[in-house]
Amino acid sequence: MRDFGRTPNPTGAVAVPPPLADTLRWRVRRGLRFLPAHLVLLAGVALFVFPVYVAFVASTADLPEVTSGTLRLVPGSHAAENYWKAFVAGTGERIRGIPVARAMLNSLVVALGIALGKIALSLLSAYGIVFFDFRWRAPAFWLIFLTLMLPVEVRIIPTYKVASDLGLVNTYTGLILPLTVSATGTLLFRQFFLTVPDELVNAAKIDGAGPLRFLWSVLLPVSRTTVAALFVVLFIYGWSQYLWPLLVTTSLEKEVVVVAITKMIGTGEALVDWPVIMASALLALLPPTVVIVAMQRWFVQGLTETEK
Amino acid sequence: MRRSFFRAPFLPYLLVAPQLLLTLVFFYGPALQGIYQSFLIQDPFGLRTSFAGLANFASVLGDPLYGNAVRVTVVFSGAVVAGAMLLGLILAAAAAQPLRGVQVYRTLLVWPYAVAPAVAAALWLFLAHPSVGIVGRALVRWGVGWDYTLNGTHALLLVVVASVWSRVAYNFVFFLAGLQSIPSSLHEAAQVDGATWFQSFRRVTLPLLAPTTFFLLVVNALYALFDTFAVIHALTKGGPGKATETLIYKVYVDGVVNLNLGSSSAQSVILLVLAVVLTSFQFRFLERRVHYA
Repeated sequence: MRDFGRTPNPTGAVAVPPPLADTLRWRVRRGLRFLPAHLVLLAGVALFVFPVYVAFVASTADLPEVTSGTLRLVPGSHAAENYWKAFVAGTGERIRGIPVARAMLNSLVVALGIALGKIALSLLSAYGIVFFDFRWRAPAFWLIFLTLMLPVEVRIIPTYKVASDLGLVNTYTGLILPLTVSATGTLLFRQFFLTVPDELVNAAKIDGAGPLRFLWSVLLPVSRTTVAALFVVLFIYGWSQYLWPLLVTTSLEKEVVVVAITKMIGTGEALVDWPVIMASALLALLPPTVVIVAMQRWFVQGLTETEK
Repeated sequence: MRRSFFRAPFLPYLLVAPQLLLTLVFFYGPALQGIYQSFLIQDPFGLRTSFAGLANFASVLGDPLYGNAVRVTVVFSGAVVAGAMLLGLILAAAAAQPLRGVQVYRTLLVWPYAVAPAVAAALWLFLAHPSVGIVGRALVRWGVGWDYTLNGTHALLLVVVASVWSRVAYNFVFFLAGLQSIPSSLHEAAQVDGATWFQSFRRVTLPLLAPTTFFLLVVNALYALFDTFAVIHALTKGGPGKATETLIYKVYVDGVVNLNLGSSSAQSVILLVLAVVLTSFQFRFLERRVHYA
C-alpha cells in the first residue's frame, strides 16, 4: 500500500504526523537510553582490535622503526617484504625457524586431523552407546566420560613416553592421535541421539535398513548441524594446541605455527625481528578467524552445547 | 530412555573400540603410569629407581618453591577468572540490548576466541615491551618504571592481562546465551513495578544467570590452572625469578627441563586431584541441567 497518501480519505480527517520536534526528542531519548551500552561495546571492541591493529602496523614497518620505538599508528610501506619474509623465506638472518607457510600447513593438518578425528570417533562411539544394548555399554560410557578429568597437562611426561615408545615423535600421527580422544564430542552426540525419536529407528527397521545403513542414511543427515557446530569448536581447539606440539615435535619440519611464533620471539631481548614476527602472528590468526566468522552461528551453538 | 535398539553381536564393540583404545593408551595408561611414578625415586644419574612411598609428595609439599607456585597460582587464577568473567558479563549485558548494529558488535566480540592464547601472548608482548611496545613505552614515559623482564609484579600483571584478553570472548558467548534465555516479560514486570535498569539487573538477571555463572566459574578455573601454559611459556617462561611460575608451569619445568621425574609426577598427581574435584563440580552442574531439561 505504498500510495496510501494519495487515496481519498472517506472521513476527511488528515493523518497528522507528530511534530518534528517530538520525533527528534523521542529519538534522542531512545538514543541516550542506549548510549551507555554503545559506549561499553565500543570500548570492548577497541580493547580487542587495538592489539591486532598495532601488530598490523608493525608488520608493515621496517625493523629500525620498530626497535627505535618511533612506530606510529599508521601503516608503513614494508608490508610486502615483511610478509614475504615471514611466509616464504622464514629464516631471516635474525630468525631461526621455518617459513610460516610450512608451519601453517602443519597447523592446518593438525587442526583438521583433530577436528575430523574427534568427530568420527565420538560419533561412532555415541552411536554404539545410544542405539545398541550390549554388556559393556555402561562401563564404556563411563570410561569415556571420565577422561574429562584428565587434561593433557597433568600427564604430559607419561603420555610423551607412550608416544615415543610408539615411534610417534615428530609425526603428524603423534601430534593428532593423542588429542582426538575426548568425552565432550561423545557427550554431545549422545545428547543429540537421545532426542532422535524411536519411530525413526522403527521405520528404518521396517524398511529393512541395517544399523550401518541407518547411521549413514538417516542419522548422519539429521546430525549435520551438530557436526558443523562441533567442527568449528574443535578446529579452533586444534589450531591453538601448544603444550603437546611443543613436547612431541623436536624437528622444525613438524612445528605448528603457534609454537613457531613463540620460538621466534625467544627471550624477547635483542635480535628480535618484530615486523616479521607480527606478520607471522597475523597470518597465524587468519585461518581460525575465517572459520569463526564464516560459521559464527554454529560456533556459538557448538561452544554452548559441548561444554554444558 | 530409548527402547528401540539394534541387535548385533559384534558391531557395538567395533563402534566403541577406537575411542576406547585411544582412551586407554593415551589417557588411563599414562595417568596410572604417572601415579606409579610419583611413588618412585630415581638417583641423579637415572641409573637406579627405588620405591619411595610418599617421599616425593613430602618433599614437594615441603618445598618453599612449591609454596611459591601455589601462591602465584592462586593470585593468577583468581585474577584471570574474575577479570575474564567480569568483562564478559559487562559486554554481554550491553550486547543483549536491542541496539542498532548489535550483530556487528557481537561478531567483533566473539571473534577474539579465534586468537590462540600463544598468539595473544605474542601480541601483548609486543605492546608491553618496555623499549619497543607502545603501551610499555607509555608506561615508562609516565614514570612507572615498567619492565616485566625484571619486575615480578609487572610480569604477573602482563600474564594475567594476556590470559584474560584471550578468555573474555568465551565468557561473552556464554553470558550472552544466558541473558538471551531470560524471558523479557520478567524485565517488563520489573519495569512496571518501577525498577530501574540496575535494580532489575541485580534482582532479576543475576539470580537467573546463577547457573551460567557457576558453570563459568568452574570452567574458567580449569582454564586458568591448565590452559594458560602457552601464555606463560610465550611471555615470561615462569620468570623473572619464578614470579609467574604456576603449578602447571612448574610440572613442566621440573619434568621436561630439569628431568626430575619423581617430583614432577607427584606434582602432576596433586594437579590431577584438583582437576578431578573441579570437574566433578562441573558434572553436578551437568546433572542439574539434565534434570531440568
